[in-house]
Amino acid sequence: MDRILFGDNQFFAVNHISDDKSMAQSMKFKEDSAIIRTLDYAIHAGVDTFMCTTHDRIANICEYVRQHPDHYKNFKIYPCMPYAHKYANAMTELGIAGTIKQYVPGNVFGSFFKGGVAFLSKDYLSIMELLIDAEMKMFKGINTPVIFLQNVMTDMLLGMGMKEVLVAFHQYVRKKYNAEAGFITMNMPKLVEFFEDTPVKNPIICASINKVGFRMSGGKEAYEHTLKTKQFRAIAMQVLAGGAVPPKEALEYVCSLPNIESILFGASSKTNIEETVSLIHKFDGVVKP
Amino acid sequence: MAKVRTGIIGIGKMGISHLAILGAHPDVEVVGVCDNSKMMIDAIEKYSSFPCFTDHKKMLDTAKPDAVLVAVPTRFHASMVNDLLDRNIHVFAEKPFVLKPEEGQPLVDKAKQKGLVNQVGYHNKFLGTFREVKKIVESGLLGNIYHFHGQAYGPVVTKPKSDTWRSNPEEGGGCLMDYASHVIDLVNYLLAPVSGARGSQLKSIFSKQVDDAVYSTLVLSNGVSGNLSVNWSDETYRKMTTSITINGTTGKLVSDANELKVFFHSNNTPAGYSKGWNIKYLTDLTPTVDYYLRGEEYSAQLDYFIKAVQGKGPNTLNTFESALQTDKAISFIRQAQ
Repeated sequence: MDRILFGDNQFFAVNHISDDKSMAQSMKFKEDSAIIRTLDYAIHAGVDTFMCTTHDRIANICEYVRQHPDHYKNFKIYPCMPYAHKYANAMTELGIAGTIKQYVPGNVFGSFFKGGVAFLSKDYLSIMELLIDAEMKMFKGINTPVIFLQNVMTDMLLGMGMKEVLVAFHQYVRKKYNAEAGFITMNMPKLVEFFEDTPVKNPIICASINKVGFRMSGGKEAYEHTLKTKQFRAIAMQVLAGGAVPPKEALEYVCSLPNIESILFGASSKTNIEETVSLIHKFDGVVKP
Repeated sequence: MAKVRTGIIGIGKMGISHLAILGAHPDVEVVGVCDNSKMMIDAIEKYSSFPCFTDHKKMLDTAKPDAVLVAVPTRFHASMVNDLLDRNIHVFAEKPFVLKPEEGQPLVDKAKQKGLVNQVGYHNKFLGTFREVKKIVESGLLGNIYHFHGQAYGPVVTKPKSDTWRSNPEEGGGCLMDYASHVIDLVNYLLAPVSGARGSQLKSIFSKQVDDAVYSTLVLSNGVSGNLSVNWSDETYRKMTTSITINGTTGKLVSDANELKVFFHSNNTPAGYSKGWNIKYLTDLTPTVDYYLRGEEYSAQLDYFIKAVQGKGPNTLNTFESALQTDKAISFIRQAQ
């Protein structure tokens, strides 16, 4: 994985701190061209990997990338699925069965081959595979070397102790898409431990890692200890803790930690993108262990 | 200390989230998971190690839990909670508490009389931001509070759709029961219990049978009045967003789950604040939890419940009694149409 990954929260009105800011972002990135322009700023700053949710609008971005193969020659996307709010809002209205009915391709409750059979035989892992395929459709023809499970799913399966399902995600993504599985989590130390006796070796794990301990469940010390003592490929996200830490201080802290392969960040402006990238390079040369 | 033997009835959207949180809780042993959907219960049985049931009475007889979470459609709450209390089981029920307020009082009384822990899932009270609002209001430094505006918006029903229990008014569906209840409960907690409503507008925007938006004027037991404005068919919001504005003679406060903004007229402020605008964020106000799923508040409320069952903490937030006040306010709002 590249050292720096570009995220997509700013494009889809995800702001962990302010609902006003999130609405302003939603206005700013109303047009797909605004997203593409910002992605190009990131590429220009040397960041070639875009880590994004399987939001409907990403399909348009993928289409643009396919139409401009020369410009996006080195460009990679790390899809993160599922786009949780789509399902959460559907679940409030339709219930769990209704949501599966709405989003699993084909008619799972009818005779459609894989879906129908999977549903009737309660072959839940096949239903999961169908959902993965549905989410992956938009990325056809695009380089997607790592495919992530979103934290709501990862953490729910972790809480319920469903190892088999997390392992099945890892295996299917490798078999069908020739990609590595990644897991986003808000419970990094617990997840790393959870994978220890499974076939998932050296897993890619993306978690909040920041100087103030924001969304670092179980505490910052537990995270630092896990980074020092366990074997896994860590991606640090939410390094600014939603704005609670100034960029310089935030990046100096993250760059000084051992075992962090990549840093994920999002920004809306050219200046912020360039500043973040140059700070990471600067601290990598100074404090990286 | 022995783990709290806990069962859960109902594995829908909230139930499954509670189950994962309980599964990760060091002081909890999940002794039974129950749902009448074979599809859901088979999935849990196949991939987890939790004992599973499709009949809740069988679960109670076999698993003998100390505490049970009830996350079934609202219309089943009253009889189910009553059964649990009869069996001397501590109860956490999802919100809203009961469909008809008259069903609630006997349950409040029974829980009290038997000394059982009772809690309802109004999770906003476990957010650092709203807790801070409560502290500021109680300091009296906003002066005489004369108005409030409680709001919640989100994109649940944004086009005409098929029906489920949530679209049936007889079963506890609709924006008033599902969305507005959170705001009403917050007003009850932060200011004073709602004692009446005027000029309610319950609007069906896309749904055929239930309200998708609720607008009403609420009057509180301390005489303060304010507006309620809730709409779950607002696609300009990515997810549910709840906020409250409080106007006082010496200050004004605007808070949602993430950000608290408060203006003070003078230097007479609570510690850590100053004259003019002050902004505080969830990041400063919410303690880290041991296991996170969808928000610190969901883990914090279950931890509070489990601690109360263990006798290690209070059972004063989100009691049946306080949730019943919210159910009463819901009927005032309906009657004021």
